[in-house]
Amino acid sequence: MGIKILTEHINVPGIETLEVYRKHGGYRSVEKALKTMTPDEVVEEVKTSGLRGRGGAGFPAGMKWSFLAKPEGIPRYLVCNADESEPGTFKDRVFMEKNPHALIEGMITSSYALGANTSYIYIRGELLFILRILEKAIAEAYAAGLLGKNILGSGYDLDLHVAPGGGAYICGEETALLESLEGKRGNPRNKPPFPAVKGLFQSPTVVNNVETIASVPWIVNNTGAEYAKIGVGRSTGTKLISASGNINRPGVYEIELGVPVEEFIYSDEYCGGIWKGKQLKAVVPGGSSVPILPADLIMKTAAGEQRLMTYESLSDGGFVSGSMLGSGAFIVFDEDQCIVRNTWNYARFYHHESCGQCSPCREGTGWMERVLHRIEHGHGHQQDIDLLVSVAKQIEGNTICPLGDAAAWPVASAIRHFREEFEWHIKHPQEAIAPGAVYRGQLAAATV
Amino acid sequence: MAETINAFKFSDKGLAEIQRYISHYPEGRQKSALLPALHVAQAENNGWVSPEAMDAIAEILNIQPIEVYEVATFYTMFNLKPVGKHVLEVCRTGPCCLRGADQMIETLKQKLNIEEGETTADGMFTLKPVECLASCGTGPMLQVRETYYENIDSEEAVDQFLEMMRNKEVETPEWKK
Repeated sequence: MGIKILTEHINVPGIETLEVYRKHGGYRSVEKALKTMTPDEVVEEVKTSGLRGRGGAGFPAGMKWSFLAKPEGIPRYLVCNADESEPGTFKDRVFMEKNPHALIEGMITSSYALGANTSYIYIRGELLFILRILEKAIAEAYAAGLLGKNILGSGYDLDLHVAPGGGAYICGEETALLESLEGKRGNPRNKPPFPAVKGLFQSPTVVNNVETIASVPWIVNNTGAEYAKIGVGRSTGTKLISASGNINRPGVYEIELGVPVEEFIYSDEYCGGIWKGKQLKAVVPGGSSVPILPADLIMKTAAGEQRLMTYESLSDGGFVSGSMLGSGAFIVFDEDQCIVRNTWNYARFYHHESCGQCSPCREGTGWMERVLHRIEHGHGHQQDIDLLVSVAKQIEGNTICPLGDAAAWPVASAIRHFREEFEWHIKHPQEAIAPGAVYRGQLAAATV
Repeated sequence: MAETINAFKFSDKGLAEIQRYISHYPEGRQKSALLPALHVAQAENNGWVSPEAMDAIAEILNIQPIEVYEVATFYTMFNLKPVGKHVLEVCRTGPCCLRGADQMIETLKQKLNIEEGETTADGMFTLKPVECLASCGTGPMLQVRETYYENIDSEEAVDQFLEMMRNKEVETPEWKK
């Protein structure tokens, strides 16, 4: 059992109420920061902690904070990205649902550090039921003097509001999120200017993921140096992992970064092994957009080293033989799963979610979906595999926002590692379209 | 609008909820309340947003109707045509499919005798496929209004769910209570 920074009290009955939350040490970081630290000192602690953005990109949070422009007389904003929409990711949803005050505490302490007097939590529209939970907790915090004017007598003012989206994956991209928060279509903005200079309402803005913000109170209470001691190398602290797919114990697990992948899959503390006594076929370790890896490459790097749950270890080998930690959405495939079908499913998702602004993404995601659909349904041509690789390459890097990359990587990696399976679908369409049919040749070779 | 076949008027509580959201934003930034207003309109108009409802929102937020239309058509949660009493928003994305979402959707289609996007003849159910709802550990799953129904992983589970929904009234949102 590792240290629990985010989930220690998550299952305490009544933790969603201010009273119980405070009994378990809640809101101590607000008192400490507002009464004994300057905003810059809080920023420094977060920098020292090595905390990296937990939404997927993994950019150092303290550094992102230090880029915030601070022109005189212009308001600054902190916006929490609770638009959790990456397929496979559900950690923020579970966290907010069970422990809303922990996010609110993080928002207050972080807003103080950034000098924001109005902050927003942008939550995906499907989670209106969690918006109600957050609003109830926010009302409690206002009543206790933890929000509003002159918080705890410190002279610091903060208003905190929750805003719902309307069903659009793209709004998890930070500039699309800001557009949406302004009541517009979620079309990502060209950068520069970056949100740190011109963000919400053209004012300097920081956008952070739920988990990133919720990690700040522990760092303030225990120092950034203590946080940096947890984890491995530049992967400091703990991470919430959303475990899903064909495992015995799906759910959200808080791990110390550095747990071996094999332990995470097979230990009863985490996934509890592959369900129904099946064999492991593949894993998408960081959400649908990151490269899929076959069983052998998720356990060990190409150089034969044990793969760890860290940013560095999961990306070891680059896109040739590695993947990414991403948002920590760990999707497990057993031997009965068809990679072609899954790749088509993901391609359909990205086509559906492309905002349509950039041609390579708008057109390319549609091409990939259609070509994968025909391969999956027994109408593929031999040249389709190279066509997919070519389309993926032409999307990658050629769009305003990373949705294009996110659409290209799953297709490119599935072909890279499971090419035989695509070829089998094309050569043996009748066999491939039979209900429940799965290509097993590569699995046998991979799991010797 | 030339015709008023779908006449729409916000309730006092609906208006108050929209005003509450407007108060969250700086002066002159009332357009930010557009998505919340669309959610309110949908809840007050039997689960869909009519052109008349969009025009009413434009008036409240003091923006052009086109600004409402372009947003309502971008976000997938807003239904732009009439729907059944219960809209079953079924997750069809990869992680749920690993746990049997395709079978759940097939079973629902057979039991309800409709295709995706259609409404049952009695007006009780609309089947609406949606993308990942952040419930991958408890799939297959679906959403109806503000509630998630999870682990619907067998024919019996589908039967139980439909039976329960047939006897269920439409949820009243928090602000309307």
